[in-house]
Amino acid sequence: MSGKDEAELSRLMRAAIAGDERAYADFLRRIAALVRGFVRRKIVQGGVDPEDVVQETLLAIHVKRHTWRQDAPVLPWIYAIARFKLIDAFRRRGRRIEIDVDDIAETFAEPETETVSERDINRALDGLSPAQRSVVSAVSVEGRSIGETAAKFGISETAVRVSLHRGLAAIAKRFGQGRFGRE
Amino acid sequence: MRTDDLIKALDADARSKAMPLSSAWWLAAGAAAVVAAVVFLLTIGPRPDFMAAMHTMRFLSKFVFTIVLAVSAFALIRALSTPGAATGRAMAWMMAAPLLVAAAVVLELFAVPEADWGTRLVGSNMMICMVFIPLIGIGPLAIFLWMLRYGAPTRPVLAGAVAGLLAGGLAATFYAAHCFDDSPLFVATWYTIAIAVLALLGALGGRFFVRW
Repeated sequence: MSGKDEAELSRLMRAAIAGDERAYADFLRRIAALVRGFVRRKIVQGGVDPEDVVQETLLAIHVKRHTWRQDAPVLPWIYAIARFKLIDAFRRRGRRIEIDVDDIAETFAEPETETVSERDINRALDGLSPAQRSVVSAVSVEGRSIGETAAKFGISETAVRVSLHRGLAAIAKRFGQGRFGRE
Repeated sequence: MRTDDLIKALDADARSKAMPLSSAWWLAAGAAAVVAAVVFLLTIGPRPDFMAAMHTMRFLSKFVFTIVLAVSAFALIRALSTPGAATGRAMAWMMAAPLLVAAAVVLELFAVPEADWGTRLVGSNMMICMVFIPLIGIGPLAIFLWMLRYGAPTRPVLAGAVAGLLAGGLAATFYAAHCFDDSPLFVATWYTIAIAVLALLGALGGRFFVRW
C-alpha cells in the first residue's frame, strides 16, 4: 500500500504548497488516519491518549512543512515526526519506550477513526491570547471560513489570518515545550 | 477540539508561507560566516605574514582540516534538521576531518625529530587558540541553534552538538589565519579541545533550547 500512498500524498502535499487548499485538507485527513493507526499500534498500555499524539503530530506537520523537501518521499518525513511526537508524549508522562525503526514498514497503519475525549489541545488553546483563541475556535470548532470569522469579529481577513497563524504556532510551541497544564 | 476541527484550522492557515529549510540553511551559513569574519577582524585578524605562509604545507593543511570539518558538519546538520532524512552517509563523512588530522600527525611525527615534538605540540598560542575559537564560534553557534529550532531535528542533542562542530570548523578556519602554530601536533590538540567546547555548548543548546 505504501507506494501508492506515497505517490498520492506527495502529490497532494505539493499541490497544497502551491496553494491548493482542498488538496491540503485531503492530505491532512489522510495523514490523520495513518498517524492514528500508527500511534494506536504503538501505545499498548494506557497513560497516553493516542488522539492527543495525532493532533500534536498534525500541528507539527503543519508548522514544519517547510522542512519537507519536495523531491524527497513524504511518508518517511511524516512518520519521523509522528515517532518524535509519540516519544515526546511518553517522555512527558515519565515513561520510556523504545520504538524500533524497522517496525514502521509493517505498521503502516490501517486508517482509523477518532474517539472523543478531553484534549490536550483544549488546554493549549486556553493559553492563547483572547483574540487568538476566539479566532482559532471560530475557524476550527465553529467551522467558520476566514471571511465569516472576519465578519463575526468585525476585523479584516488579514487580521484573522495573522491571528490564526500565530495562534496555531503558539499551540505547536506549547506542545513542543510540554506546557499545557497536565503536569 | 476534535481532530477534524483542528484540520479545518490548519487548512485555513494553508496559505501561510515559510522559507524552505534548505534555502534557510544557506542563508544562515552566509550570516554565520559574516559574523565570524567580523569578530575575527575586529579582534585578532590574520597574521602579518599571511601571504608568505600560504606557500607552506603546514599552514595550508590547517585550512584543509577546518574546511573539511565545516563542510561535512554542514551536510550532516541539514540532514539532522529534516525529519526522516537519511544521515548515514553524512555521519560517515564526519570522520574525514579527524582522519586527515590523524594522518597529518603521523607524517609530522616522522618529519620532526622527537626532541621537538613537545615544543610543536605546546606551541606559543594555545591560550589564544582556546579563547578565540570559541569566541569567534559563539555567534555562528547561536545562529545554527536558532536554525535547528526553525527546522525539526528529531535528535536535538546530537543536532546541537553538530551545530557546535560546524561553528567550530568555521571559527577555526578564521583562527587558523591568525595562528603561528602550524604543526598538526598543535592543531590536533588545541583546536580539538576548543572545537569540543563549542560542540558541548551546542549539545546543551540542543537539549534545552531546541524544542518543537
